[in-house]
Amino acid sequence: MNFLKNKQTRSDFITYGLVIVAFLVVFFMQANHMIPRMFAGQLVPITAYIVMAISLNLVVGVAGDLSLGHAGFMSIGAYTGIVTAVSMQAAGAPQTLALVVSIVVGAVFAAIAGFIIGIPVLRLRGDYLAIVTLAFGEIIKEVVTCLIVGVDAHGLHVVFNLRGNATVNDLHLMDNGIAIIKGAQGASGVSTYSTFVAGFVLIMIALVVVLNLVRSRTGRAIEAVRDNRIAAESVGISVTKYRMIAFVVSAALAGAAGALFGGNFSQLSATKFDFNTSILILVFVVLGGLGNMRGSVIAAAVLTILPEALREFSDYRMLVYAIVLILVMICTNSPQIQGFIARFKPKKKGEAEANV
Amino acid sequence: MTVFIQYLVNGLSMGSVYAIIALGYTMVYGIAKMLNFAHGDVIMVGAYVSFCATSYLGLPGWLSVVLSVVVCTVLGVLVEGLAYRPLRAAGPLAVLITAIGVSYFLQNAAQLLWGATPKNFTSLVRFPVPPFLAQFNVSAVSLVTILACILIMVVLMWFTSKSKMGKAMRACSEDKAAAQLMGINVNRTISMTFAIGSALAAIAGVLLCSYSPVLQPTTGAMPGIKAFTAAVFGGIGSIPGAFVGGVLLGIIEAMAQAYISTSLANSIVFAVLIVVLLVKPAGLLGKYVPEKV
Amino acid sequence: MSKFEFEKGKMVPYPSRAIVPDRDVNETPALECIHLGIEFGGLKAVDDFNLTIGKTEIAGLIGPNGAGKTTVFNLLTKVYQPTNGTILLNGQDTSGKTVSQVNRMGIARTFQNIRLFSSMTVEDNVKVGLHNQEKYTGLEGVLRLPSYWKHEKQAHERAMELLSIFDMEKHANDQAGSLPYGAQRRLEIVRALATNPSLLLLDEPAAGMNPSETAELMENIVKIRDTFGIAIMLIEHDMSLVMNICEGICVLSFGKVIAKGTAEEIQNNETVIEAYLGKKKEA
Repeated sequence: MNFLKNKQTRSDFITYGLVIVAFLVVFFMQANHMIPRMFAGQLVPITAYIVMAISLNLVVGVAGDLSLGHAGFMSIGAYTGIVTAVSMQAAGAPQTLALVVSIVVGAVFAAIAGFIIGIPVLRLRGDYLAIVTLAFGEIIKEVVTCLIVGVDAHGLHVVFNLRGNATVNDLHLMDNGIAIIKGAQGASGVSTYSTFVAGFVLIMIALVVVLNLVRSRTGRAIEAVRDNRIAAESVGISVTKYRMIAFVVSAALAGAAGALFGGNFSQLSATKFDFNTSILILVFVVLGGLGNMRGSVIAAAVLTILPEALREFSDYRMLVYAIVLILVMICTNSPQIQGFIARFKPKKKGEAEANV
Repeated sequence: MTVFIQYLVNGLSMGSVYAIIALGYTMVYGIAKMLNFAHGDVIMVGAYVSFCATSYLGLPGWLSVVLSVVVCTVLGVLVEGLAYRPLRAAGPLAVLITAIGVSYFLQNAAQLLWGATPKNFTSLVRFPVPPFLAQFNVSAVSLVTILACILIMVVLMWFTSKSKMGKAMRACSEDKAAAQLMGINVNRTISMTFAIGSALAAIAGVLLCSYSPVLQPTTGAMPGIKAFTAAVFGGIGSIPGAFVGGVLLGIIEAMAQAYISTSLANSIVFAVLIVVLLVKPAGLLGKYVPEKV
Repeated sequence: MSKFEFEKGKMVPYPSRAIVPDRDVNETPALECIHLGIEFGGLKAVDDFNLTIGKTEIAGLIGPNGAGKTTVFNLLTKVYQPTNGTILLNGQDTSGKTVSQVNRMGIARTFQNIRLFSSMTVEDNVKVGLHNQEKYTGLEGVLRLPSYWKHEKQAHERAMELLSIFDMEKHANDQAGSLPYGAQRRLEIVRALATNPSLLLLDEPAAGMNPSETAELMENIVKIRDTFGIAIMLIEHDMSLVMNICEGICVLSFGKVIAKGTAEEIQNNETVIEAYLGKKKEA
């Protein structure tokens, strides 16, 4: 295994291995009905959140742009995915094909949105960029809430509910038509089509795409822009181009995750993808470590399971979650506390394996 | 025409609420350089305190406002000291996530204390409006809000430019290390800034809920985000900027609701913000400082 | 001070009357600045700057603090767009180009306040410099097609070769930000060289170095010029370095060129002495 000599390659394969083993274990448990009921419904959302965390880490960790509207791309993926899947199923396509195509369509539409939004957003930096991505996330949420979409033998019918008084009837569907998205109610009455296996495959794809991208000249350029924009320009790197690549790839992955996520619920409203969702995913990324994809995977999985596992604390669980979050941030970032901990830690030789 | 003026006054008074919150936001950002996402939740706490004081304790309205200002000030100083101060040297993302943690904490604590069901907040401002204003449906709350906002801004402008503590704040926001060398107690100055910001949030909370009476644990979240938008819009760090940004944002929102679409009003507000930032990267009244090579 | 000896070219007039080393007189100059200038809100930070640098010349740009030396570098690399004048790089006009475009046209630089990609490894820093010479797309990289492996191998070898100029191969896997100060300065030079420039701009390369390090740096600058056959222009306050290796020297004061010439000419120039030490008191 010559190629494993490279430290980065070895680290990547540990990440892949971890995901594969986790998948096999859960898959085995699932087949033997060993998964508690409250987690069974969480399997697909967990995979979707993992993909979201990987994709957001590309923008926040690798490209260094703080995005607070990532759920917007997820919502675009979810809604275009649902429309695609329902239309295909209505036309008699098999479920797996509908799922795969819907994920691809979700990714493509989110990527297009990412490109269009990226043009203005990437002219800004830092907190200004953060607030504008937040703004775009909210805009996407509201625009999606105004959509009414249905499908019948004539194809897709779309109404944009600007004044708030349009209903499904305004679609003028034929008798056998299906109303897919009903404005503020969201998509409802849709048969679910996402599977845990699809979620696993998507995680693997997302990991391969992001990790291989980071290890290529493109990824180095993105990291260079993050570390020092002026120096990157001075060695001939077009800053906007590489920030845009990171942004669009990330949006595409978020769209794919959204399509997967959307296919897991028979009822899905746009408020599922609001600011709080964007923040939730950002928490995964920061706790998992900026630029650390393995950390993102673990943080997303643990932090999605944790609140469920804390159910016995019922009302207190979110309070506990909040306190844990604050304590973790303080303990990992405060120099005083780190100095305090370091006193009790035996010195390790040759510390700090590259943690990417 | 009457309708238009009514919308305008609605926008002005909502904008004044945003401006009061934005003033607190802009001061805290100016000095701590952090996106304090918990600021909106302090508004909510302020409103709950005032609600409890009047509904459960039967205190008079003015006293409930004083009480909520005191509680929020203490809360702001505590949050800064316990959660943000240990992270003074940490990266902006760590501070941001901590602020989000504080926000979750306040929302969930409020839910435990007061329940998730919305409370009906009775307006604290009740007096007859002069007839020449009443014909435009101008409410007493609107008048008080607008006047309070102007008063607060004038006082803050005076405070930051003339008082010793205000000058210390400006010095800290420019360069903390240098300020410290000049004998300024940076920690105390930052605490003071959080105290002022939180006190303003309390006032904003009472006014906000007097204006739209639904009070629940998430009440402060959206106004908080919008007020931050307003602060960025006007030029973050600038006090007149926060005022202008807040008022403009309120008016744009009211007009968008009235003449374009209720469901897209927030989107229109955010779209305006994006356009402004593209034309003026530091906001309307902010200073743009290019990076030195 | 140092025992280092270096054979300078004899300065002869170029057809446009500018002075270049005799060996470069038949070649297109690496750089020609014609009436170059920039104003910041009415203040002329650099005014009527004219300079020609021969194809393989080592040129020096000196002057008191605040004279506008770094501003000249920023103009040449398009960090600032000049308000007046023309810059010709190897005879080609660079007007309207961006920072990254002029780099691709053949100009590379280091920075006075070091600007490395500090969280990346030393090798990756150099590979970022090689970016525009690696010809494979992001998609080929993601799919790890044969072109990816081939170019990555070449990039690795080239990076090591470049690092060997300063004996830095052993630090290839270290984090750039953790290197000692002097090594960071050297890495910046390597990274700039990786972009395959025809003109290398060094902004205070010897700042913070001790005399023996400076002597070594001098040797290396000449070595780089000889191996790569490129022109080098440097800003430096260490006069031993400037006088030792710079063939043409240009002195800037308050944004204006006050003297140009060889080391001997500059050393004996009254105006230069005045600019540095102030006016002699009339006896």
